[in-house]
Amino acid sequence: MAKKPVTFTLNGTERAAFADPGQNLLDLLRRGVGDLTPKYGCAQGGCGACTVLIDGAPHLSCLVLGETVEGRAVETAAGLSGAALHPLQEAFMVHFAAQCGYCTPGMLMAAKALLDQTPKPTREEVEEAISGNLCRCTGYEPIIAAILSVANGSVRA
Amino acid sequence: MSDGMIEFRKEFFADERDDTLNEIGKPTRRQDILGHVTGRSPFYDDHLFQGLLHMRCARSPHHAARIRRIDTSEAERTPGVVRVLIGRDVPLNLNTLLSLLDFGIDDEPVLATDRVRYRGEPVAAVVADSEATARAAAAKVRVEWEVLPHVLDVEEAIRPGAPVVLDIYPGNRFIYHGKYDHQKLRYGDVEAALRAADHVVEGRYQMSPIEQAPIETCGAIAAPETNDRFVCYSSTQALFFSLATSSKLLRLPSSRLHFIGGTVGGGFGGKVDSIHEPLAILGAMLTGRPCKYMWDREEEMQVGAPRGAERWYISDGVMRDGRIVARKFVGYFDSGAYTRLSSYAIIKAVGHLPGPYTIPNVSADVSCVYTNRTPATAMRGFGITGVDFAIEAHMDKVAEVVGMNPIDFRILNAYRDGDMKAHRRSAKNCALIECCQVVAEKAGVQLSNAARTASSRQGGGGDRGRLPAHTALDQSGRVEGFDTGSYARKAGQRPATQHQVPAPVAARASPATQAASVQSRPRVEETRVAPSASQTTQQPAPPQQHPAPPSAPPRSGPIRFSSLSGFRRR
Repeated sequence: MAKKPVTFTLNGTERAAFADPGQNLLDLLRRGVGDLTPKYGCAQGGCGACTVLIDGAPHLSCLVLGETVEGRAVETAAGLSGAALHPLQEAFMVHFAAQCGYCTPGMLMAAKALLDQTPKPTREEVEEAISGNLCRCTGYEPIIAAILSVANGSVRA
Repeated sequence: MSDGMIEFRKEFFADERDDTLNEIGKPTRRQDILGHVTGRSPFYDDHLFQGLLHMRCARSPHHAARIRRIDTSEAERTPGVVRVLIGRDVPLNLNTLLSLLDFGIDDEPVLATDRVRYRGEPVAAVVADSEATARAAAAKVRVEWEVLPHVLDVEEAIRPGAPVVLDIYPGNRFIYHGKYDHQKLRYGDVEAALRAADHVVEGRYQMSPIEQAPIETCGAIAAPETNDRFVCYSSTQALFFSLATSSKLLRLPSSRLHFIGGTVGGGFGGKVDSIHEPLAILGAMLTGRPCKYMWDREEEMQVGAPRGAERWYISDGVMRDGRIVARKFVGYFDSGAYTRLSSYAIIKAVGHLPGPYTIPNVSADVSCVYTNRTPATAMRGFGITGVDFAIEAHMDKVAEVVGMNPIDFRILNAYRDGDMKAHRRSAKNCALIECCQVVAEKAGVQLSNAARTASSRQGGGGDRGRLPAHTALDQSGRVEGFDTGSYARKAGQRPATQHQVPAPVAARASPATQAASVQSRPRVEETRVAPSASQTTQQPAPPQQHPAPPSAPPRSGPIRFSSLSGFRRR
């Protein structure tokens, strides 16, 4: 079966790739364009390690067909920081919100999707926003604290 | 660390401590945190290779079966398939993980050739140019199976007539020290003390297997380098173990293997088995191309080695006033189909008994049992966690029988400084009593006056610090046919046909014979006899308070695996 050309923006930059039939967005990003920040955890939509934003909304890239992002805006953890870290990244560092680090890129994107929509979330809203992201090192409390600290503007305190 | 998670109780043992600490008590950033929050930490699958090949295994659908024939022709004809590996492609297709420490007998093939012993055991590895092709072709490997009876329960596995999982262990139990089908602990006379106790409290405790379930699945990528070496990126938690295991199984000097690891997407013990590296490297060797062998989530859960199941029987003899005078353990670790690290977990477990309590009579018979379940391996305190659950659940039960609150009961029986432990080491720097006191305070539990004023530094030692005057010995579970010269090696050249049932030997050898056999050991062995549970039971405990330290043990010789305390030189 023929590969299909796909053009989309990745973290604000226009990118093009050839998607294999049936290739998911996770694999297209990792092998097709070399953005290794979304992680493979289950390819079943169960763990959230592959979370990316498509047109601002969080999606599990393992469950999205690569060819369907034609013309859309994809954001990954690779685009969070420029010269300076994103406040969420700072907060994750300050609050020890990463242990092995494997769930972290997906966790950050789920948190970013929340704060972009709801800058002052309640704790319950934070819990809901990351409820699809598993952290087997079980660092949920520091992760929640980190996200709330960004909402409170207290990261750099 | 978030505020309030750590509380320093500096009023305890203040005179034993130097509080001019530079790091402890202050937050320090992880050195790898920047990579984690930017998504740039290099996990093994984050290395890209041109022409990467993907490996997928064909696996047994049966718990136990004989393999009559493996037909890989259809898989090989699948477009995109580069190679299909079977057992004979592996230079040395038999291993046990701790063979690197001379502990145990090689028992597990990389790819099964004649028999499978658990559901999911690999029989062939397909190497293809895409993951999807490898997956489709693995389903086309045809195996003619002769299904065999299986056993999935530890106590069914040790009954006479149970299906034999591994021919080298005909009783379905690992052989310790070449002598016994279980690891023994003997301290004092448990049976006599149970008869004299006011109450005997029995309990049975069962733990199921637990999957470590890292978010990053286990795997490795290997590729030929340009200097006659192979590079291997791995998720391993045990890089040098994986290096040496690959070197052994591939019959390659380790100088030709370039291992890169250390960035592990969650391990929890489940990434120490060196399963992926040998096959990934072999794939790269036989194809000349980069080769990735990575479990998917289903494999991680089904064939990834979990913390093994454990079953424990505990009998406590307790006096009306709450003193535990005897504790007897019978334990079964479910090793699954192969040994991996379970034999070692039991040695840890037995060294830990009877828990942090001073009990003058303790015995344990703990078996590493083979069943047709997924092989077990390390996970967070394995060997200790399961039996601690059993011990502490049992403590609550015994406290209820004697009508004490469970924290009072623990403080009464806790180790204190100077007490003798069942594995014949003196207890030092004890703090259980103080921990219990803080727990009671936080839980709002009213302690008795004696428990509230107790201290780990008072009341220990003396009679409590002496070895028992008499330790009851026995030869239960004695086996023949294993060489004690090397670590529990089967005598002779792997007599696969030898189906000898472990036979009990004459009830008890005479003390003179035992003493003589100890005397004939090398001098260093003799001085170190005391800490070894099984060896000490050979002779009555001498009435010495402090075993003399070994005098200048030689520093040369191969490192051996000690029966109790890890590594030791001979």
